[in-house]
Amino acid sequence: MKSFFLELRDFFVSLKLTVALIAFGMLLVFAATLDQVNLGIWAVQEKYFRSFVVYTQAGGLTVPIFPGGYVVGGLLLINLVAAHVYRFTFKWKKVGILLTHAGLILLLVGELLSGLWQEDSHLRLSEGQTKNYIESYRHNELALIETTDATFDDVVAVPETLLAKKTSVQHPKLPFRMVTKTYYPNSVLQVRPANAPASEATAGFGVRTLAAPQPITYKPNETNSPSAFVEFVTTEGSLGTYLVSTQFVEPQTFTYAGRTWKIVFRTQRDYQPFAVSLVKFTFDRYPGTDIPKNFSSRVKLKSPDGRDDREALIYMNNPLRYAGLTFYQAGFERDERTTVLQVVRNPSWLLPYVACGLMTLGLLIQFGIHLAGFVGKRRPANVTPTPAPAATK
Amino acid sequence: MKNYFCAATILAALVAVAFTLRPTRNTSDYDIVSFGRLPVLVNGRVKPVDTVARTSLLLMQGRQRVTSPNGETLTPGEWMLEMLYRPAVADTLQVFEIVHPDLLALLNLTTTDGAGGKRFSIHQLHKGLQELERQSKLADEVESAVRTPFQRATLQLRDAVVLYQRLQTTVTSVDEVPLLPRLAELEKILPTLKDPKTSPDGPKLLELSRTLGSLDQLAYFRPIPPADPASALWRTVGAAWNESLVSGKVDLAARAWAALGRGWLDHQPETFNRAVATYRAELDRSYASVMSRSAVETRFNSSQPFYTSMALYVAAFLFGVISWLKWQDSLSRSALGLLAIAFSLATLGILARMWLESRPPVTNLYSSALFVGWGAVALCIFLEYFYRNAVGSVAGGLVGFATLLIAHHLSLGGDTLEMMRAVLDSNFWLATHVVTVTVGYSATFLAGFLGLIYILRGLFTRSLDEKSAAALSRMLYGTICFATFFSFVGTVLGGIWADQSWGRFWGWDPKENGALLIVAWNSIILHARWGGLVKARGLAVLSLFGNIVTAWSWFGVNMLGVGLHSYGFMDSAFWWLIAFVISQVAIMALAGIPLSKWRSFSNQGR
Repeated sequence: MKSFFLELRDFFVSLKLTVALIAFGMLLVFAATLDQVNLGIWAVQEKYFRSFVVYTQAGGLTVPIFPGGYVVGGLLLINLVAAHVYRFTFKWKKVGILLTHAGLILLLVGELLSGLWQEDSHLRLSEGQTKNYIESYRHNELALIETTDATFDDVVAVPETLLAKKTSVQHPKLPFRMVTKTYYPNSVLQVRPANAPASEATAGFGVRTLAAPQPITYKPNETNSPSAFVEFVTTEGSLGTYLVSTQFVEPQTFTYAGRTWKIVFRTQRDYQPFAVSLVKFTFDRYPGTDIPKNFSSRVKLKSPDGRDDREALIYMNNPLRYAGLTFYQAGFERDERTTVLQVVRNPSWLLPYVACGLMTLGLLIQFGIHLAGFVGKRRPANVTPTPAPAATK
Repeated sequence: MKNYFCAATILAALVAVAFTLRPTRNTSDYDIVSFGRLPVLVNGRVKPVDTVARTSLLLMQGRQRVTSPNGETLTPGEWMLEMLYRPAVADTLQVFEIVHPDLLALLNLTTTDGAGGKRFSIHQLHKGLQELERQSKLADEVESAVRTPFQRATLQLRDAVVLYQRLQTTVTSVDEVPLLPRLAELEKILPTLKDPKTSPDGPKLLELSRTLGSLDQLAYFRPIPPADPASALWRTVGAAWNESLVSGKVDLAARAWAALGRGWLDHQPETFNRAVATYRAELDRSYASVMSRSAVETRFNSSQPFYTSMALYVAAFLFGVISWLKWQDSLSRSALGLLAIAFSLATLGILARMWLESRPPVTNLYSSALFVGWGAVALCIFLEYFYRNAVGSVAGGLVGFATLLIAHHLSLGGDTLEMMRAVLDSNFWLATHVVTVTVGYSATFLAGFLGLIYILRGLFTRSLDEKSAAALSRMLYGTICFATFFSFVGTVLGGIWADQSWGRFWGWDPKENGALLIVAWNSIILHARWGGLVKARGLAVLSLFGNIVTAWSWFGVNMLGVGLHSYGFMDSAFWWLIAFVISQVAIMALAGIPLSKWRSFSNQGR
């Protein structure tokens, strides 16, 4: 029994395992790079790096073919820690190696944390427009906005994931239940031809609109446009089935018991305790060409408590960090009056900096020792003129 | 005797270098050299017209020299003058390289029609231009990664023809009526012209203004400097003359471009030279910094330091290899001397480019090739200085030559001093991240080539004795340590830049992954050696695979055409990459031959 543990220990502390794991990691990264052509960068990360096992489709079957990023990275972490704990002896000569590996441990942990914690959103602003929310890139929500009181809106937002699961939703603020009957993760809308079979929708735009399901797209320049048929049900019966889609620009409205709701299927919003307005977007080109020289957005930040009321300039390589969020210049719309800012919340953003600092220092010490030894050894040999080969001729 | 030989070689090399660096002289009565220095604006950069001529010729026919049908050689400047002022003569010059047989057939051409079997004039293409346009439209619809060689050749020729036509419509007429006499007439009446609309010449001026308007639209370069030297708003000839119509004042630059054109058209060298000289004197006064850059750039163009360097690298390589077999001492010293001269010349070239661009050394794929070679050769000189076994010279000659050859092919795509796209416009990050990561490429490649030398020399020659094998192995190990450090730090700096500009330290973008693979591979080599998993031969084989990893990360990921870094896109090199990978794998397989069969080691047994 003891020998089994010893073997296990020897396995986890061995350099062979290190080499094998790095090689596995390289294969994983290589495959993931190639697969980006098919899947796009987001799906690749989910499939290869933020997973325990990489699966492939073979003849309709899902087959595991390779350990995923969590397994390779996790084992590497165990290997590193185990090897250092097992072999740990402090010597000045080893400081470089220790620092490098400590940095690497921190880097792996940091990557894990940023994978878990990092949130990417965007903020699309036209000149003069003000928003106090940021929008998700990939998630949508079905917003039920009660407009009965003209002075404020009361919003209940249902995440798209609940629609996808077709869960029945009952919310204390709503005097009805919401039931998803059909859900398409990607779709196109068409005018319903006269001879088409009867629509699932009984009210709203869906009566005259046809939603055709589409395959999910992974291309970086395309977005999925989900649609769903949802029914609102009270104890007295159905209020109607509506077609909701992210492609409808206008909201649909319905009334029940003297109260009015707007239905909007839109990108998921994250409201902030401050407001951002776009003062001016600028796009400079090199003269006589279309080569972009710089994009910049001058924005105004305003918090309701009045503490912050200032302008800031966001441009390439110069983001704005504010309230735990970072705003980057990400794009613009064709009229060049609307800017698109990427908004990132990553509480662990500092970790890679620390980790890389440690590793750089460690490598510098380690290889510095090598180099000093090498040059020191060589020097005396150079003092004696003309090395041996010439003499033998 | 040995020392004389070494000194003689180095002296000969120095003389050859000095010869290429000498100031260019005119070969005819026309002051083409001064004309070549006139600054113009193309693609956002102010450059001498000489550069425009050379890069256009490289794009069209892959070389800078033009031979007329009666065998005379034209300099790029002379060709440019023919293009601008005597388009009918230019149209007979064979400057379009077409080699794809199907494309030749499409245009009803055979190799016997072309100069050197592959160069044709626009005259010869004329009948096929419509069909070329139709085929290009078809090819345009195909995604660039999956285009057939025929479609690529078609689009390349189409681009060359468009460039050619735009050059011709830059300063002279776009219609049948010659423009220069009409401009001369305009110059005469301008001082007394009050309102073009009410003048008796009204209809004629309106017609001229329309011609100038289309000239403004079609012009390839903008030769008229702004009134304020600090401004970047250079104008076309058409726009400048049209402004004169409104203001009543003749623009000096526009007048100069017309006057020198008249001199060239009427075969009057004095008129031509006077126009160029007057204009240059004016430019020297108001645009001194532009003119000094222009002077350096034309000198750089004519001396072509990288071509000379390339030849010297080959010589260093050959001398080094032969030194292992014979005349060890004198040849290896000469090899190091040649390598040092080639390296200094390449350094000079890179510095000139940096000064011209006001940028750190690496700004695009072309300059990365220059710099990868430069870094590797610098390491080689360092190694050779300590080891004196000619390995550094051989590896340096090989890597230096190979990278300059790659650079030469990359330069065929146009001007290599391009303006930086918005996200790259940061000298700080270009100087830190890009330079470090490129040094990492250099060192990893160098390790690969040292591995190559170890295997080939050990396998096929008897020269790799125990001592040189041990020395080579140590050099290899040191180089890998160096490579690990630089590729790691470079990758990290890239992460920091990405965090600054895109909001994430690491995004699994193809280029980032490529850099990570290099770091990972180098660390595998180091751990395998520390763990005793490989010995000298294994180390050589592993570092040879590093060549494949680096080539993939340098060029391969650009071919995927996805990701944030795909600004250095190129597809034609795909087959070269495959060939390179196959060659490296083949040599790795060769290394699998038992050591007892290696000529160097079986020799020792005896």
